Amino acid sequence: MSVAFALIAGLTVASAVAAMTLRNLVHCALALTVTFAGLGAFYLQLDAQFVGFAQILVYIGAVAILIVFAILLTRGSEPPMQPVFSSTWAVGTVIAVVVFGVLAGMILSSKAVPHEIPPVRAATVRQIGDQLMTKYILPLEVVGLLLTAALIGAVIIAMQDKQTK
Amino acid sequence: MAETLDQLFVRLKEQLVSLLPATRQPLGSALISVAAIILVFAGLFAITTVLERKGLGRIQNRYGPNRVGPYGILQPLADMLKTIVKEDIVPHTADKVVHFLAPLVLVAPVFLALAVVPVGRNMVAMDIDAGVLFFFAVGAATELSVFMAGWSSRNKYSLLGAMRAIAQMISYEVPLILSAVSVIMMVGSLSTVRIVEAQAGYSAWLPDWHVFTPWGLAGFILFMISATAESNRSPFDLPEGESEIIAGYYLEYSGFKFALFFLGEYIGMFAVSGLAITLFLGGWHAPLPFLAWIPSYVWFFGKLLALIAGFIWVRGTLPRLRMDQLMNFAWKFMLPIALINVATAGVWHFMDPGFARWMVCSLLVVGPYVALGRALFAGRKLSWRMYSYAD
Repeated sequence: MSVAFALIAGLTVASAVAAMTLRNLVHCALALTVTFAGLGAFYLQLDAQFVGFAQILVYIGAVAILIVFAILLTRGSEPPMQPVFSSTWAVGTVIAVVVFGVLAGMILSSKAVPHEIPPVRAATVRQIGDQLMTKYILPLEVVGLLLTAALIGAVIIAMQDKQTK
Repeated sequence: MAETLDQLFVRLKEQLVSLLPATRQPLGSALISVAAIILVFAGLFAITTVLERKGLGRIQNRYGPNRVGPYGILQPLADMLKTIVKEDIVPHTADKVVHFLAPLVLVAPVFLALAVVPVGRNMVAMDIDAGVLFFFAVGAATELSVFMAGWSSRNKYSLLGAMRAIAQMISYEVPLILSAVSVIMMVGSLSTVRIVEAQAGYSAWLPDWHVFTPWGLAGFILFMISATAESNRSPFDLPEGESEIIAGYYLEYSGFKFALFFLGEYIGMFAVSGLAITLFLGGWHAPLPFLAWIPSYVWFFGKLLALIAGFIWVRGTLPRLRMDQLMNFAWKFMLPIALINVATAGVWHFMDPGFARWMVCSLLVVGPYVALGRALFAGRKLSWRMYSYAD
């Protein structure tokens, strides 16, 4: 475990915790953005340049902005009065830790998971593009169709709203 | 001789790095590149501010700054002193931490974006495989800084300005990236260095720059319009809109934080112009073969200054768009043209070189432009507008 990994991991986990515990929703969204950036940094540290930059472009450039807009458009920016923690947080934590422990134990003892880390092969953007356009063309097109449908649906919802006025 | 002059700065850096012990050399090399980028582009920012004010003054029939130094050329020094000395006022209700972080989140990514722009032969800070993607990825972070500034100020005008800015930046990011896609398709690489290399050489009397092809010309124009909108400059300066929302998202900033916003905006403009030069204007290549003895970095910065002059000229001549015009233009005109342009680049790739290819691709560019323009203007009464106040 290198120093860079420790730094990125610490930052990612700390900002994720902050995103859950902060009182002001906009602060939570900004903390979540730091988590996204930390994940992007992880991909870059693993030499996955394309995935890392795509993560930053999509999550920081689009998803974070979307979250922030949603917060501002749906409710007041004043922090809530009631506590952010549910009253049963202790029980919830215990259940979460137990579930995590069971899953981790099962995965570690499973024979299906290779325990030796395979040698890293740095994939260039060209290789990713070739694979996407040949072997994975169907999933790519399906995702494209899904996104187009979502886009048209959003436009239709917005248009109906305008006509009823 | 020309070779020595061309590689002067590269050699200088190699000399400096070789003075360090071997284990420190990668770090030293990186630090020297970073220092060079910050110094050169911050200096260019200082020169551009005074040139812009002088140029706008000329366009508007006035002198512009002419008090500090000969012809007002030392004005940036006075401005710098003023912004450093001024009091830094933070509103009482502002969100202090976010308010403080916003200018930093703006300035750091725009300098990062400059790292992948090749400013000369062998002169690029990072030659990475996904260079263009890196550029757009770090550029995305600036939108967040605009939101942070607008929201944390607790000012209605700031928030309005931030909302306008983000809506505009998201809308124009689509044609910006799509017009870059055609170049990436033709070169077959996301690396900025490969893209510049692909534009070396000359055919007939024209250099092999992408701008001298039908799809490249259309792409370049789309890219520059989107770049103007991305850097919030006139005629797309609604987020600032002095007459409506005072100054938009940086209304509540004073002193050096305001200067940082100003710096970030200009460095962003240089970065996106640098990318336009890399993608369409042949990077650091000379326009004619017999001019190749002039050092490569001179060509790059010459082209950069020419593009900046274009930005200043546009700012001095065009009025500001309305919000609905802005959105209609982005989604109904720029986006379809950019998509058709990507297809045009494909046609260009698969046709044999010659006159027929030029004709077909030019038709594919001009036809949709005329048709779409006619369709969007259909049903609108357009006539000369008469102004009576200047009689």
